[in-house]
Amino acid sequence: MKKQKIFENIVHGIFLILGMITVGCVLLITLYLILAGIPAIRKIGLCDFLFGAEWASTAKEPSYGILPFILTSIYGTAGAILIGVPIGFLTSVYLAKLAPAKIRTIVSGAVSLLAGIPSVVYGLIGMMVLVPGIRNLFRIPDGASLLAAIIVLAVMILPSIINMSITALEAVPKEYEDASLALGASPVETYFKVSVPAAKSGIAAAVVLGIGRAIGEAMAVMMVSGNAPNLPELFGSVRFLTTAVASEMSYSGGLQRQALFSIALVLFLFIMLINAALNFFLKRSKEE
Amino acid sequence: MKKIFTFIITASLTALTLTGCSPKQQNGTVSTDGSTSMEEVIGVLGEAFQEKYSDMSFTYNPTGSGSGIQAVKEGRCDIGLSSRSLKDEEKADGLTETVLANDGIAVIVNPKNTLNDIDVDTIAKIYTGEITNWSELGGNDAQIVVIGREAGSGTRDGFESITGTENVCKYRQELTSTGDVITTVSQNPDAIGYASLAAVNDQVKALLVGGVAPSEDTVKDGSYVIQRPFVLVTKNEEKLSDAAQKFFDFVMSDEAAPLISQAGAVPVK
Repeated sequence: MKKQKIFENIVHGIFLILGMITVGCVLLITLYLILAGIPAIRKIGLCDFLFGAEWASTAKEPSYGILPFILTSIYGTAGAILIGVPIGFLTSVYLAKLAPAKIRTIVSGAVSLLAGIPSVVYGLIGMMVLVPGIRNLFRIPDGASLLAAIIVLAVMILPSIINMSITALEAVPKEYEDASLALGASPVETYFKVSVPAAKSGIAAAVVLGIGRAIGEAMAVMMVSGNAPNLPELFGSVRFLTTAVASEMSYSGGLQRQALFSIALVLFLFIMLINAALNFFLKRSKEE
Repeated sequence: MKKIFTFIITASLTALTLTGCSPKQQNGTVSTDGSTSMEEVIGVLGEAFQEKYSDMSFTYNPTGSGSGIQAVKEGRCDIGLSSRSLKDEEKADGLTETVLANDGIAVIVNPKNTLNDIDVDTIAKIYTGEITNWSELGGNDAQIVVIGREAGSGTRDGFESITGTENVCKYRQELTSTGDVITTVSQNPDAIGYASLAAVNDQVKALLVGGVAPSEDTVKDGSYVIQRPFVLVTKNEEKLSDAAQKFFDFVMSDEAAPLISQAGAVPVK
């Protein structure tokens, strides 16, 4: 009996350590980002940093304004959501409610595969196919632009939106739909007027998850967006918050490097907000 | 009682994971610090060095030319690596430069481009936005798409300082690697870019600069002007450690020259 208790305690201890590792990592990253990100903001000034429209980090008189990056990240994410959400949402309604079993298996398989493709592959294909395509289609000198990044991001967030919406739609009690059908509503009417409203918190969570993925993506957008620190324009070369950090980190030094950490801190705050929103929607969807 | 017991086990297991890594003793270490452009050259040399002297270890910290020079000045590394010549005030600080090799920076365009020859002035005008259309240079009526590298890159630093366009370049795209620049230029018939000579392949066309084609020979005799030195930076007064001296002698020897060529730079010897 006593032996068993000791064994139990040991196992508890091991689990405690493993659990602490995750918590420790989060705490460490948060703490480090705050400590590393604050000095540059204090040196540059919060307003000049957040609302400065010019980024010239290696100039003789450097300026560190990240407004172009913040706006690009917001516009890019919004654009991706605008394209990705209707496609993802309708796909999930089709898969969850309308599709025959065979088609459902094939499409779900394709969606899972899409989720597993590494972002550098998205970037590469964007660079080789999408960028020249946009260049020729719109007759502009160069296709690397905000539009290219939006399209890549829209495709990348599809799996998150589809999978999460399907889960939400499938959780709607069958009785709701039966009642609606019994009252004479057609199946499509039932899905859009009964099932979707009942699953709306889950679907909202899916959209927020998509936003989170889009705003945090670096590699793929770096390869298609041109990376010049301009204010965002649909056909212009732009730089995102993520790519601002990634593209200059390897050679940076001094205040430039500290400013990159500050950008990372801003990005981290964005992600925290999005996570809080996600938790809010998930909690509400559970309560329903 | 139970809580205390769990705590002790937790603590001891944590302690266990933290031990077990003590530094390995080695006869000598050579530490280098600096230019990222020299990564390939110094990597090949470091490997060959460690093969020759199996008891020595070699480290390379890719921080950038400026940081490398700073590091050797403060004694944080044995040899600093710089992909530009030392400035006068750096030499006045008691540092010496030894040119290890030269690296040509090729100006590249799409193979479909009809332009073959360009001069440094024209390059500067294109990169500062004074010339924006290929027709001004006798080409098609198409806007020039200016491709460059990200701020802080050694290649960008070298290119801008030779063409006198520091901080005034108007880039359409700032890419983060030589490979990306070459791919982008090969995809866009109106693009112009620059890349380390060693990396240029037949996907793109390297322009003649002032009538001189970039090659190992023209970089060596100095007739191709867009080139920069790869420099080893040491202190005047302090003697190198035995290991560092061995490394220094090795990389400057005839034995190392073919390795430097293989890594794409042009050895001084």
